[in-house]
Amino acid sequence: MAINAPRPTSPHLTIYKLPLTAFISITHRLTGILLSAGLLLFVLILSALAMGEASYLTLQAVLQFWLIKLIYWGFVFALCFHACHGVRHLFWDAGYSFDKETLTRYAQIELIAACILTLVILLAV
Amino acid sequence: MDFKTPIAKAQGLGSAKTGTMHWWLQRVTAVALLPLSYWLLAFLSLCVSASYQQTLTWLQMPWHSACLAAWVLAAFYHAALGVQVVIEDYVPGEARKILSVWLANLVFGLLALTALLALLRIVVKG
Repeated sequence: MAINAPRPTSPHLTIYKLPLTAFISITHRLTGILLSAGLLLFVLILSALAMGEASYLTLQAVLQFWLIKLIYWGFVFALCFHACHGVRHLFWDAGYSFDKETLTRYAQIELIAACILTLVILLAV
Repeated sequence: MDFKTPIAKAQGLGSAKTGTMHWWLQRVTAVALLPLSYWLLAFLSLCVSASYQQTLTWLQMPWHSACLAAWVLAAFYHAALGVQVVIEDYVPGEARKILSVWLANLVFGLLALTALLALLRIVVKG
């Protein structure tokens, strides 16, 4: 479709303030992409272990860098968030909880649950 | 005379594709990944702090290697399905869209194979 005519268009993303549910929704997609990229790092870690003790020790040294640690924690949080909102999607798929009040409340619960899960994982393991 | 059945005429056209299977497998892998992610996190935490021998011994236990292999299959498939949806939403042009999805599937397939072969090498280590 040609969009050369200066027609008026409907107000869009840049006009409205994103509600929490919309923010959660795009974060789900974003974390999905980041986790997919993180799979490459998983392959690297597993390969380092497969190649022997020397490369495993190098890997452990790399994992001590603050930037790598930050990426690791980010990965864990992304995983927790994606899992929490994923469960939310399963509820929707089963046909439950589409009303407006529940939507916002569940979004808040998801965010809190994702943070708690991340903390538990990072402290426990 | 046209002997083709209505379903044969419709297949491959319009929306008579495999969307339902895509949607369903996304859910099946999602549910599988909920418990299987435990093995990913356990493995990663060992890699951060445990000795080479400890990590090796843990991963060589049949139950652990089987579950991590299952995680690899479910996770890479789930990722490929998810990235496909993102590509279909944002990449303009049918040809570019199809090529991008093929490329993504190829990359995730190769990565999954690499991971499984690495796992195999670890399991058969002395």
